Amino acid sequence: MNKHFSPTMNRRAFVIGTAAVGAGLAIGLDLPFGGPAVVRAADGSPEIGAWVVIRPDDTVVIRIARSEMGQGSLTGLAQLVAEELECDWTKVTTEYPTPGQSVARKRVWGDFSTGGSRGIRSSQDYVRKGGATARVMLIQAAADAWKVPASECTAANSVITHTLSGRTTTYGKVAEAAAKLTPPAEVKLKDPKDWKLIGKGVKRLDTVDKTTGAMIYGADIKLPGMLNAAIKDCPVFGGKLKSFDEAKIAGLKGVKKVVKVGDTAVAVVADTWWHAKTALEALPIVWDEGDNAKVSSASIAKWLAEGLDDAQPAYVGNKNGDAKAAIAGAAKKVEAVYSYPYQNHATMEPMNATALYTADKCEVWCGTQNGEAAFAAVLEASGLPAEKCDVHKVMPGGGFGRRGQTDYVRQAVMIAKQMPGTPIKLLWSREEDMAHGRYHPITQCKMTGAFDANNNLIALHYRLSGQSILFSLRPEALQNGMDPAAFQGVAQSGEAAFGYSVPNLLIEHAMRNPHVPPGFWRGVNVNHNAIYMECFMDELAQAAGQDPLEFRRKLMGNHPKHLAVLNAVAEKIGWDTPAPQGVYRGIAQVMGYGSYVAGAAEISVTDGSKIKVHRIVASTDPGYIVNPAQVERQIAGSFVYGLSALFYGGCTVKDGKIEQTNFDTYNSMRINEMPKVESVMVPSGGFWGGVGEPTIGVAAPAVLNAYFAATGKRIRSVPLRDQNITFA
Amino acid sequence: MANLTINGKTFTLDIEPETPLLWAIRENAGLTGTKYGCGIAQCGACTVHMDGVAMRSCGVTVSEAEGKKITTIEGLASGDSLHKVQEAWIAQDVPQCGYCQSGMIMAVAALLNEKPKPTDADIDEAITNICRCGTFAQVREAIHTIASA
Repeated sequence: MNKHFSPTMNRRAFVIGTAAVGAGLAIGLDLPFGGPAVVRAADGSPEIGAWVVIRPDDTVVIRIARSEMGQGSLTGLAQLVAEELECDWTKVTTEYPTPGQSVARKRVWGDFSTGGSRGIRSSQDYVRKGGATARVMLIQAAADAWKVPASECTAANSVITHTLSGRTTTYGKVAEAAAKLTPPAEVKLKDPKDWKLIGKGVKRLDTVDKTTGAMIYGADIKLPGMLNAAIKDCPVFGGKLKSFDEAKIAGLKGVKKVVKVGDTAVAVVADTWWHAKTALEALPIVWDEGDNAKVSSASIAKWLAEGLDDAQPAYVGNKNGDAKAAIAGAAKKVEAVYSYPYQNHATMEPMNATALYTADKCEVWCGTQNGEAAFAAVLEASGLPAEKCDVHKVMPGGGFGRRGQTDYVRQAVMIAKQMPGTPIKLLWSREEDMAHGRYHPITQCKMTGAFDANNNLIALHYRLSGQSILFSLRPEALQNGMDPAAFQGVAQSGEAAFGYSVPNLLIEHAMRNPHVPPGFWRGVNVNHNAIYMECFMDELAQAAGQDPLEFRRKLMGNHPKHLAVLNAVAEKIGWDTPAPQGVYRGIAQVMGYGSYVAGAAEISVTDGSKIKVHRIVASTDPGYIVNPAQVERQIAGSFVYGLSALFYGGCTVKDGKIEQTNFDTYNSMRINEMPKVESVMVPSGGFWGGVGEPTIGVAAPAVLNAYFAATGKRIRSVPLRDQNITFA
Repeated sequence: MANLTINGKTFTLDIEPETPLLWAIRENAGLTGTKYGCGIAQCGACTVHMDGVAMRSCGVTVSEAEGKKITTIEGLASGDSLHKVQEAWIAQDVPQCGYCQSGMIMAVAALLNEKPKPTDADIDEAITNICRCGTFAQVREAIHTIASA
């Protein structure tokens, strides 16, 4: 296991509260006579508060509760702690506490969930306080040793200085004494203008092992005596496993056991995964597919289209004036229907988890976006109490929202439970991963815009029909049946607010939930809402005979932050000057995850069907930027994810199953298709927005609007491959 | 039984000859730096060198690999000194999740072997690995940095 990601906390030190804690997951505690307990890491080094461990050689170990899954939040979170800690950045390393340890310590590390571009923005306050708390304690320890007031001491670069005498010491030298102090009840955080590390594009902390093959991902876990499992779940969602003919694969090399996994799946356990997978393919399986086997993409599309009818019930998410009346009496109106398909996350590493179950313990090793949810799944599937379970997080080969779900963790435990004492590594084939995604929700949208006689937009009716993620995954978050997240990017207020003022506005959602399970797919509901709204904005501009940028600007007077990012891309791409010969531009903006983003594309089109994306300009205002080098990578990466979905994505349903099986039928952009992405960061300060997702929303509409500029043709459905449009 | 020469070492493996080289490397030789992404030679995560040529190891059988010199990501460095592609990857902070990068690095190393100063068109043609995080800009930049060194 590599140094950044191995769970290495102390199991040998004295343990208190064993009844609640259990020896397997406790962190060592010294019980001094008087004063608080000193908590120790695996090597005996003391904790200075829950977030920081200082070793005698001045190494700083920063605890990270959220999951690194590629977006760089591990490094960003360490920067936040280190900024306040005033430590030497070159001596920083990180480690993951386990969910079991967190539960045993009353969730001292807070939420482990890493989704919704929340990794940094939702933990920035308490992790910075964690760093500041440790700094205050370290300074106090030095001051106590020198018998001077702490107020006469300062800390920088892991060195504490008594300013009057010039005496110095280091964090490593006073860590033991600091650990025995009572943490301050309150700490003051730095003024952003004094930040030295936040805002700096420091190198990631997890790069080296990713270039040598040493990084351990879930699929790479090796445990003594471990066996490998391959699984097939009923390809029709909601269907069941009827029977399988184990005798047909008896005697195949390496096969150890064939097990039923719940009511819906069967797994082959073998010495190697290759043996397990080939045996599983040879295993005759009979499914009870149920009624869902009658569902197809066409039947779903028909059902969603019916939801576009105003006579059908719908939830109102954003409303202003009387849109229907204004449309009825308008001088001119424009209408269009758009659609967006299912998408698979297609993480590079298929789902997997390794579980070891014994009568009194269940441990799991896996990549997960939510250690605590994985932990809960282990408890549920094993039937063991919290103190007998734990989850050891390893690097996931991509998450994009998929690894926030715990189906694969549960399966691994269910298999391991049938083979007590033997560690079982369950790895999905790519085909299983394609068949059992938690797909980007499917929707359609009918939009109607109305103008007065002077071509002013007086009304907009946005009627979304389709799937709710929360209905499926977090029904407790529904509000009187309504999914508030369905309005991401077109909401009245909040972290994904609509950026236009229209006097008569109606934004509503006719919820229709097909049987294909939806999930949080990077960008989530912002993706389709941004395509619908931003492409339709272009249609409205065209109908009004106005420039798409100018048309938007007129509606954005009350939304200065939305407008600022739009203006930033317009300026950088040179919207006011002609594009090069044969090159056409499109523009889009949206707000999501607390950040304001805009994008502009320059494309050329050959034969009406071959698109070359020459240049992208993308602007982001996330309030504060922790690591601009990583933000730039998230912006560029968002175009890979968003444009792959636009050009090549789309999962279709036949006989209740997903038709796409692998990257040959669900392709992803390659380097030759990658446009140059120029990012313009305009952090306006005062708030914390996310950066991993919002930009995906503008990727597709910027290109689609440019396609219209080039061809005069509107594309209102995704993916482009269905219309024989591809990259040049 | 099969004899495979991986990273200069001979492995005598109890394995069926039709087993994909990828799984022989990962499970029988125990070298997990080479990744499984698709199993159908589409994504490139399993790229290794066979006699110096980049190959998608999921599409090569053990019998085809016997007698060939196989290099995986673990064998790219010379002792303690990293390969120039690995060094450039670290200098440019290329990886995000990193899962595709073993294959990406092996593909790039093979390209640079053949064409020490590749043009953008050469890169477009030779590097066809999938990266879902979207590191392509950094990959291209790192290649050019090596080429201009």
